[in-house]
Amino acid sequence: MISTILIDDEPLARVIIKEYAEAFPQLTIVQECNDGFEGLKAIMQHKPQLIFLDVQMPKINGFEMLELIEEPPSVIFVTAFDEYAIKAFESHAIDYLLKPFSRERFNKAIEKFLEQSENSGPPVQSIPDSISLSPQQRQRVVVKTGGKIKIIPIDDIHYFEAADDYVRIHTKEGGFLKNRTMAHFEKSLDANIFVRTHRSFIVNVQQITRIDPYEKESWIAILKNGTQVSVSKSGHARLKQVLGL
Amino acid sequence: MLQNFDIEWKIALIDSVGSNALLAAATILIIHTLGFYRPANKNYFYLLVWCVVISIIWTASVKFGLISLFEENESYKTFLMRSIPVRFDMAFLVIGCSVIMSMLWYNLEEKKYMETRKSDAEKLARDAELYKLRQQLQPHFLFNSLNSISALAGNQPEQARKMIQQLSDFLRGALKKEDYQLTTLSEELQHLQLYLDMEKMRFGHRLSTEINHDENSLQFLIPPMLLQPIVENAIKFGLYDTTDNITIRINAKTFDQYLEITVQNPFDPETSAPKHGTGFGLSSVQRRLYLLFARTDLVSTSVKENIFSTKVKIPRNDINDTYR
Repeated sequence: MISTILIDDEPLARVIIKEYAEAFPQLTIVQECNDGFEGLKAIMQHKPQLIFLDVQMPKINGFEMLELIEEPPSVIFVTAFDEYAIKAFESHAIDYLLKPFSRERFNKAIEKFLEQSENSGPPVQSIPDSISLSPQQRQRVVVKTGGKIKIIPIDDIHYFEAADDYVRIHTKEGGFLKNRTMAHFEKSLDANIFVRTHRSFIVNVQQITRIDPYEKESWIAILKNGTQVSVSKSGHARLKQVLGL
Repeated sequence: MLQNFDIEWKIALIDSVGSNALLAAATILIIHTLGFYRPANKNYFYLLVWCVVISIIWTASVKFGLISLFEENESYKTFLMRSIPVRFDMAFLVIGCSVIMSMLWYNLEEKKYMETRKSDAEKLARDAELYKLRQQLQPHFLFNSLNSISALAGNQPEQARKMIQQLSDFLRGALKKEDYQLTTLSEELQHLQLYLDMEKMRFGHRLSTEINHDENSLQFLIPPMLLQPIVENAIKFGLYDTTDNITIRINAKTFDQYLEITVQNPFDPETSAPKHGTGFGLSSVQRRLYLLFARTDLVSTSVKENIFSTKVKIPRNDINDTYR
């Protein structure tokens, strides 16, 4: 038995997947979800082997939902996005279905999944970045805190701090952990606002009030709330460039 | 011939270098001038006169220049005087040829330039047309609707048929409408209703709509498809920014000088930046109204608690007066 979850905010879009899936008796649809929140909860609860995931959904999109899962199940994206956009995350999923899709195309996707899971247990896939979807820089970061999901607009972020395998996101409401790398945030955020000042820090330049020398070839950036953040030599050069000094 | 006239080779060299240099200068001058100014309407008579005048000037300057150089040499002077007609003919031939050649070259260049400009303009127009078409068709909406129809075709073929009908009517309406022809609000609302019905089919119970208008407003003339992007914006904003059920409200009210249409949608003030509202859809509405009425103050947005409102004012114009 292959446990499966459908996550799509359009009821009719789920109807068609259910109908096509009937041809595969080994697929058991354990739950249907209307949005990423429900999806996340259902994935935690059922630990499915396969999910059908829409991209454009309320509040958090399909990518952002995947980011919140430590070990995501196999994913087949189901979306009306055009092919160019979808190519960007093609490699991250088992397959993608462009709405509307035929029964043959659906069967091909399932067969691809079955093949991969027979050959190598759970297929290897990486989590796609939501930035690959749209040209504009990301405007928010989604984190899990306790059992809740929190959407942080990037303007509310003071700075990022490396914390072992995680990154701690410091905001006015406190810190939140996210299982991503510093390099990921450095790459996905607007480099004119978020500057990598140090191996362990990315700072929102709008929060900086002062930059003081500390030791030889090292500085300290002082934020509006008084926090002190280390600045390395190369970080200082980057800051100077962004601030136009 | 030189021997006949008993002329030293030195003098002959100076003569030829001097006159040729002068001729080259005259030719360059005339070609350069033609680069900036060419007689309009293929008036080549002027060009002929020009060639003659320049040839005369050239011959005269060669004559006086060389005579003043070699005043002592009588045999050379005779030679010079005798060769004047030949020199003039040669100069006229050279200048004439270079003028003809440069005219041809310039005309060719001009034609090439005109052609690039023409194809650039055509490409721009084509791009604009394509862009408009893409806007009208809204691929995302279209593909999602087709997917819904595909789902309905399995269990509810009657509903599928109905949705195909709605989609066709909607597309036909969108393609038919021209920018410059105004349409009544009642027609616009009918067209909008097709769109809203399909969106309701897609999103089920999550989406409901409420449309209010006063009696006079229905006959008010507005630019076609003006409300479409605003309502699209409201639905997208409303549906993707909350997980609750949402109601989109559309209100039309007539005033003395204008019609005011308000579109409202709920949103989550905690997670969305206010800049969200001035998306591409709204700027295109603003641009259209500016082109039609030369006013930039006709579109405004406001936020009250968790409701986002877009307000559009459409001035009463001449054609509307007949409905007063």
